[in-house]
Amino acid sequence: MAASDYDSACLPDILPLYYRRLFPFSQYYRWLNYGGVQKNYFQNREFSFTLKDDIYVRYQSFTTQNELEKEMQKMNPYKIDIGAVYSHRPNQHNTVKSGTFQALEKELVFDIDMTDYDDVRSCCSAAEICPKCWTLMTIAIRVLDRALRDDFGFQHLLWVYSGRRGVHCWVCDEAARKLSVAARSAVAEYLSLVKGGDETMKKVVLSDPIHPFIRESLVVVERYFPLYALQDQDILGRKESVDKLQQDFQNEKKPENRWKLLEDQAKRKQGTSKKGQHFEKEIMLQYCYPRLDVNVSKGVNHLLKSPFSVHPKTGRISVPIDLKELETFDPFAVPTISMICEELDRPRTVGEEEKSEETNDKENEKDAAESRKIRDYKRTSLAKYVKCFDQFLDVMARSWKGELLKKSDLQKDF
Amino acid sequence: MEFSSRRKKFTNNSQTELYSHPLQFYGQPPLENISLTEFETFAVERLKLLKTMENLGVSYVKLSDQYIKKLEIESKALNFLYRPEADDRKPLSGPTEQEKRRKDHISHFILRLAYCQTEDLRRWFIQQEVDLFRYRFNELHPKQKLEFLHRNNLQYDTISVEEKKTLKDQLLNSSYAVSGITVEDQDFYKVPFQDALDLVRLRKVYLKAGYVYIPHQDIVTIVLNDFRTRLSKALALTARSLPAVHSDERLQPLLNHLSHAYVGQDYSIQKNMGKISLEQIDSLSGKSFPLCMRQVHQSLRENHHLRHGGRMQYGLFLKGIGLSLEQALQFWRSEFIKGKVDSDKFDKAYAYSVRHMFGKEGKRTDYTPYSCMKVILSNAPSQGDHHGCPFRHSDPELLKQKLQVYKVSPSGIIQILELVKGMHYQLACQKYFELTHNLEEASFSLNHPNQYFIESQKVLGGGRDIKRETDAPQKPQENSTKAPSAAPVAAANTQDVAEMTEELDSFFQDA
Repeated sequence: MAASDYDSACLPDILPLYYRRLFPFSQYYRWLNYGGVQKNYFQNREFSFTLKDDIYVRYQSFTTQNELEKEMQKMNPYKIDIGAVYSHRPNQHNTVKSGTFQALEKELVFDIDMTDYDDVRSCCSAAEICPKCWTLMTIAIRVLDRALRDDFGFQHLLWVYSGRRGVHCWVCDEAARKLSVAARSAVAEYLSLVKGGDETMKKVVLSDPIHPFIRESLVVVERYFPLYALQDQDILGRKESVDKLQQDFQNEKKPENRWKLLEDQAKRKQGTSKKGQHFEKEIMLQYCYPRLDVNVSKGVNHLLKSPFSVHPKTGRISVPIDLKELETFDPFAVPTISMICEELDRPRTVGEEEKSEETNDKENEKDAAESRKIRDYKRTSLAKYVKCFDQFLDVMARSWKGELLKKSDLQKDF
Repeated sequence: MEFSSRRKKFTNNSQTELYSHPLQFYGQPPLENISLTEFETFAVERLKLLKTMENLGVSYVKLSDQYIKKLEIESKALNFLYRPEADDRKPLSGPTEQEKRRKDHISHFILRLAYCQTEDLRRWFIQQEVDLFRYRFNELHPKQKLEFLHRNNLQYDTISVEEKKTLKDQLLNSSYAVSGITVEDQDFYKVPFQDALDLVRLRKVYLKAGYVYIPHQDIVTIVLNDFRTRLSKALALTARSLPAVHSDERLQPLLNHLSHAYVGQDYSIQKNMGKISLEQIDSLSGKSFPLCMRQVHQSLRENHHLRHGGRMQYGLFLKGIGLSLEQALQFWRSEFIKGKVDSDKFDKAYAYSVRHMFGKEGKRTDYTPYSCMKVILSNAPSQGDHHGCPFRHSDPELLKQKLQVYKVSPSGIIQILELVKGMHYQLACQKYFELTHNLEEASFSLNHPNQYFIESQKVLGGGRDIKRETDAPQKPQENSTKAPSAAPVAAANTQDVAEMTEELDSFFQDA
């Protein structure tokens, strides 16, 4: 089934199908409930929906998983965003005394968007992406994942494909959810190296001493640089990028050798002048280092696209990315809503039929409907992404257990 | 009886608990009864200590040797802690360590009551308390520092020497300020990154697994910021409970007195000494003197004389703007001699008092220039006097005439007179400042004549003006010396002044 068969006009017809049979509600609830460690955490969470005809509704909230399902199946949102956990139920915010309704907690999030790299990619621009520039996302994920874990000590990171041209990171640790605005902005600035707008030519400036964070990030960037910049983007082949090395470059066609020439030239320069000490490092970083939008990460009440939400323009589902398979992740292979709905309609194979009959005998009617639903997504390409999500939740759940035990001990609740 | 002794033991225990560390964050208010006398004494003494903090902070680099020495002397004199004793030895005389800590605790909370009321008061109080805290924290032994951190839930631990060695390269590369020596000599603390956001934001520190590794020199900054934040919040809360406190008639007058005590700079230690030439005084009096000093200067010029109150008010003001003793003597002598006083009489009767003002006679107190409060409230002029605060002491009609002579616009005069009617003398003077300097609004809150002068000079072009005028050749000064007998003395003085000015100029240029 070619993903390009997706047409946004079909959304009104297939969204209901998606929300009734494929959207992984129980995993979704398991995530946002965070083990029930904090009271009303799920109930006070804001969701926002973009409905048909671009109608946008905020301050949606739900008391149970069931209510969430029913409402989503009723409204069939084109887009779903997740906001903060507030002091009161968002859908009752108008009844609360003004000033007391406040955003309290939210995951620390990052949004990496390919359009922010337009000045350093020659293959595409704006909303387009291709395998050549997708490497930038791979680099971004590696660099940020390492930094968030090693430097900041965060452990529960969910990386999600946005559905079109970027990736999101949801840091779900309790400490992360409790961060203040100032703390979030400090984290984002710590992680920022590429600064400057269209007017700035040199966007990365390094000075001694080189901070360990930059060193570690360079290790990651250096791994991908030859492939990305030298080959795929051919930065040294394009007329604009080559300067005085014209002569030497005429003799050397292979990009790696050209780069070596550049490096040698730079080292020679280093001996004579103070400036340009970290020339090659700065180039590598300017081309490859992740560019994040600080404003997305700063706000506690900022709304971000939900995992498993559909991208209306491409039809692709915002799926979790398994970092163990990062090198082979292909955004163009991510299932579209049309694709998985079609897979649902496929006749069941013999093996599947037998399995479903067995389990049907064991369960009563209600459970059967539930488990049929659960089994439904398993028959589609969505399965492996839900499994990845499950694994992420399993790891987090261990920390919730610890928290619940602590709490019950405190309450002498044996 | 057993009852009371048991109770006494209890209070002692909790007191020993509270005062078992020389330093505290003042998180808990004192919970005992004290006499009004103690209340007053403690408060006044702490206020004196804080004023010393302010003065020293202006004149010396904070935590420099001189600063610390002088602060020690003052703390000792006021019976405050100055050097934390590791053990609670009973001193031969004077209060014990415990008693000093108790006094510290109580006096801090009393001053909170007095200084929480306005933004200015709060700012001043917080600034001095932070400086005091910085000084005291600095004086603690390393073990006491750690103990302090732990007691106050700043769970910052130091890392072991082995760990330091392992992390040495990362630590060195994380901060420009950290050298090999820093790593060797100083303790490094592990702090949760949420408590060191400024360092994280600028990537000026080594971050690992959610902790930043901070050398001791920077830990103080974090602790100070914490102290400042806590105090600021506490003052805001205190302000809300003030009405209850004010209803106690015993306390209200005392608290008012404390917070009205002049708390700004006292302008006694001049960094600008020698930067004003006598030639400039006439023009400065029109441009940058507050009305009180302009008035008293004018009457000095007209009458060639000023009585004691006027001499004190004006003489100290001149000292505050930078006149040296030699200049002052020359100034007063040259003016008095034009009147009924001859040179000998001046030397006998008046020179002494000028020298006294500069702390060169008698008990050698370096008197400080009068604040507006002092000019308005004390030192009231009587018949034959020309000092005081014109907005307070002049008849409104006379004031109006004077302002007209000084070319203040009619609408401006009306505004000033309104303020005078409402008894807002300093605001009236501030309005005068705004009108004469063509400003919509002054950027400061006037409470000292010398402050007026400095702000005026700032508006008119800053300190550069003064410098340039002094740099202009000293010759004009010599030419204008009128009294023949005074000429050689004056010439010699001018040379000294010129030398001094040059030295000071180069000092400030190098700085």
